[in-house]
Amino acid sequence: MRNIWTICRKELGSYFVSPIAYLLLTMFALIFGFFFWNILGFFVNEGMEMMMRGESAPMNLNEQIIRPLLSNVSVIGLFFIPMITMRLFAEEKRTGTIELLATSPIRDIEIILGKWFAALILYACLILFTALNFGFLFLYGKPDWKPLLVAYLGLLLQGGLLLAIGTFISTLTRNQIIAGAATFGVCLLLWVIEWVTGFESSTWATVLAYFSVITHFDSFARGVIDSKDLVFYLTGIFLGLFATARSMESLRWRS
Amino acid sequence: MIAVKELTKRYARTTAVDRISFSVEKGQIVGFLGPNGAGKTTTMRVLTCFLPPSSGTATVAGFDVLEQPREVKRRIGYLPETPPLYPEMATREYLRFVGKLKGLAGADLEKRVQYVCERCFIADVKDKLLGKLSKGYRQRVGLAQAIIHNPDVLILDEPTAGLDPKQINETRDLIKSLAGDHTIVLSTHILPEVEQICEQVIIINKGKLVATDSVRNLQARTRGVESLLVEVAGRDGALLHESVQQRLERVPGVAHVLCKNPNDHRLVFEVQSEKGQLSRGDLARAVVEAGWDLNELRAASMSLEEVFLELTGSEAPQEAPSAIPEVQA
Repeated sequence: MRNIWTICRKELGSYFVSPIAYLLLTMFALIFGFFFWNILGFFVNEGMEMMMRGESAPMNLNEQIIRPLLSNVSVIGLFFIPMITMRLFAEEKRTGTIELLATSPIRDIEIILGKWFAALILYACLILFTALNFGFLFLYGKPDWKPLLVAYLGLLLQGGLLLAIGTFISTLTRNQIIAGAATFGVCLLLWVIEWVTGFESSTWATVLAYFSVITHFDSFARGVIDSKDLVFYLTGIFLGLFATARSMESLRWRS
Repeated sequence: MIAVKELTKRYARTTAVDRISFSVEKGQIVGFLGPNGAGKTTTMRVLTCFLPPSSGTATVAGFDVLEQPREVKRRIGYLPETPPLYPEMATREYLRFVGKLKGLAGADLEKRVQYVCERCFIADVKDKLLGKLSKGYRQRVGLAQAIIHNPDVLILDEPTAGLDPKQINETRDLIKSLAGDHTIVLSTHILPEVEQICEQVIIINKGKLVATDSVRNLQARTRGVESLLVEVAGRDGALLHESVQQRLERVPGVAHVLCKNPNDHRLVFEVQSEKGQLSRGDLARAVVEAGWDLNELRAASMSLEEVFLELTGSEAPQEAPSAIPEVQA
């Protein structure tokens, strides 16, 4: 446990000492800010129009702003994840510092978990930026905070899964660009793969769609913790980290 | 302290290390010598549990590298060929990190960080970023991280590679000063380095063990003979080297006299004899009594370079015997 924390602290240090973390945070805040402004403007316009028409359809901050925005965040996060994970192992392999870690009296799994936690913490910092914008909703309106918390949990789980995949891919190469590009490709594919259900309804299509990380987020975005989605994310994280451990072990036998 | 038996390491297509066996006693400094690609780094990586052996066994302090890697890692300090530094970390922060990895904590950790900083002369760059350090400092920080947990065994892969001559000397002195407390294995392809630092040499070539012996024995071993270098000068200038050679050959105990550089106006001879058969006094007297000046008389020890080239099957350059000691003097 102590070793995991040691590695995690070191990784967080390299994220926050170098410009990586600040660059990602800035970009994320900008992009999310734009989405927020966009959807809020739309919401306000709609409200005004309804008032002018004299209608009084119920308007709901959770349903009309928070939920679609969080779905957007889950997609934006997809683009940021490769940038977080690509350096984790590829950089250590390139500079040779992996030899230091591998010849220290710590377990491979401690190294992997430490790195993954650090990546997860940086990702959590990213999505916490959204709380700043949502804060304004709480200031001027009365949205329900419980579904928001559930959605954050969902984002963390989805991020955790993609980060585990990214960590695994990072162990396969010593080139950060390759690691980043491959992770990006896999993330993108895991997002769009559910589109097959649009034109196919065979069992295969259903199975493929099941692997889409985005569909499993829907229930969380609605504020529902569905055990089958929870299980999907947790097993995904486990498999990703397990594959990373295997890959690290095979590194020794191969190289 | 270290015992390697029939160790083999195969990669996909090549055999990097082929059935080598050796052992290292506690407190020794051992030089691991071989041309590039001989398998030095591979052997060291097996000893540090970075790579598993394909067959054979290696034990460090009684622990097998495959069975109890964590016990081995606890007792080993390792400096890879490129020091494993994180450029974005400051020296002290880095040493603390490595210390924690090796299982140190609290006041103990702070004490060790302080100690290695002084020991490796890096106290003045404690707060500098590693990425900004010069090559010599990087190497010293690398050594500092290797000894931070006071390991029984130190494994240093080419610790002086890429340093300038002054830094090389500093690093060598540092390594020598560490010898008392640690068993040290260092690899190099620079021969004078081994002669200067090590007590024991292990020579490998193309993955095979060529020789393992003490530096002294190795030098003596390739020739059962002792040789002396003699420089003679004539009083009046003109002196034929043939006549000197004939005179030297008549000295009792001399087996063979070689003229080193007949084209030069200096007259230098290598006088070979069986060990203990020739008295230097006799030789000196012979020269002086013939009316010549004796400008120099010294032992021509065979440099390890020749031993090395001979054992690894390359031709030694002819001038090497006289050239190497002169460079060192």
